[in-house]
Amino acid sequence: MAKAAVRAGLVAVGLAWVLVTQVVLAADAKTYVLEGSKAAALESCVEPTDVMRRKHMELIKHQRDATVHGGIRSSKHSLAGCVECHIRTDADQVPTPIHQKDEFCGACHAFAAVNLNCFDCHASVPKGPGAELASHAAFQAAGVDRSIQARPDGEDH
Amino acid sequence: MKDHHEPTDRPADAGPADSGRRAFMGVAAGVAGAVVAPGVVLHSVAAAPRSEAVTGDVRWGLLIDTAKCADGCSACVEACDRENGLNLQNKPEGASQEHWDDQKAVWIRKVKLQDNQTGRVTNLPMMCQHCENPPCVDVCPTGASFKRADGIVMVDRHTCIGCRYCMMACPYKARSFIHKVMEDQLTRVPRGKGCVESCNLCVHRRDFGEESTACVDACREAGHEAIVFGDLKDPESAIRKQLAETASRQIREDLSLNTGVRYSGI
Repeated sequence: MAKAAVRAGLVAVGLAWVLVTQVVLAADAKTYVLEGSKAAALESCVEPTDVMRRKHMELIKHQRDATVHGGIRSSKHSLAGCVECHIRTDADQVPTPIHQKDEFCGACHAFAAVNLNCFDCHASVPKGPGAELASHAAFQAAGVDRSIQARPDGEDH
Repeated sequence: MKDHHEPTDRPADAGPADSGRRAFMGVAAGVAGAVVAPGVVLHSVAAAPRSEAVTGDVRWGLLIDTAKCADGCSACVEACDRENGLNLQNKPEGASQEHWDDQKAVWIRKVKLQDNQTGRVTNLPMMCQHCENPPCVDVCPTGASFKRADGIVMVDRHTCIGCRYCMMACPYKARSFIHKVMEDQLTRVPRGKGCVESCNLCVHRRDFGEESTACVDACREAGHEAIVFGDLKDPESAIRKQLAETASRQIREDLSLNTGVRYSGI
């Protein structure tokens, strides 16, 4: 009898743990996308969130070869798309470089201690003529109007 | 490319150690399940970005009429600098101007030639000649220096290790090396420390379906029209017609490189 009670207790604790993890993970899932970025207003990225988390580096790497050698610029996996959608602006509407340590790319890479080399060469804020063309396909794939800018307080999320 | 989808339908009897992961997968699958609206065109664009890989059906090239190239004019050089973000580089502190002029990245140079016997002076812009058989590609140890199918010779900066063999091999002194950390790059022209670079015939303009290059536009706006850009394989193109009409030469034609940039009047 006592044994059964202990077992039931363990099962209850286990279930509670599962629920708590789920809630914690769900809360976690929102923290990396920054309020104030266009991405904050979206349900998911150009691929499902779990795919993006695990495979974004592979997607970008595949894309870079197709772009440099094949000249393909219409893929939704373009780095310019990442930057333009995930960037947020400061109070003066000046975009903050995305690799800085509090920003979308920089924060996660600093946490995971993974070196982030992309922005040694690539623009860390959308810059120059034609920047919006480079990210057009990504916006199209995510089904978003590029004029959307989430409110800085994140209310619309 | 590998399949990117994670298995989300694991068997129900998976061990308890898996429960956290399963819970996470559940959440992830929920997010993944959100239907993304199929590609709706929300924004009209002037030209469509390229969606299929370049082929050898075209070969891009330039024809430069040295008779029209004006002494003292540097419109093409300045336009190139603006287009590719070369104007964003700064002289390092303590470096002499002479050293900086020698070391800074330059994709087009103005060259002035004088025939010492006749005194005839010729001006011409000198950039990567986009050889059919490029020596820079021959010597590159990593395959970073390559010729694209449409004839553009360029550097894949992802694989360039900065050894600068290609700079030594180039008969035209067309390549530059970036010595310092770069900031404020343009979205269309990524460039950074430790890589070699050179004229790529405004490759981003090619891929976004634009008509000409920055130097050609600038030369036209300056009123000289000394440079013609086009497809060397298209018999109807302006460059081919002009090549058929006027005498033109390759620089260092003794090297049999079959350059994509041709000069008339020299």
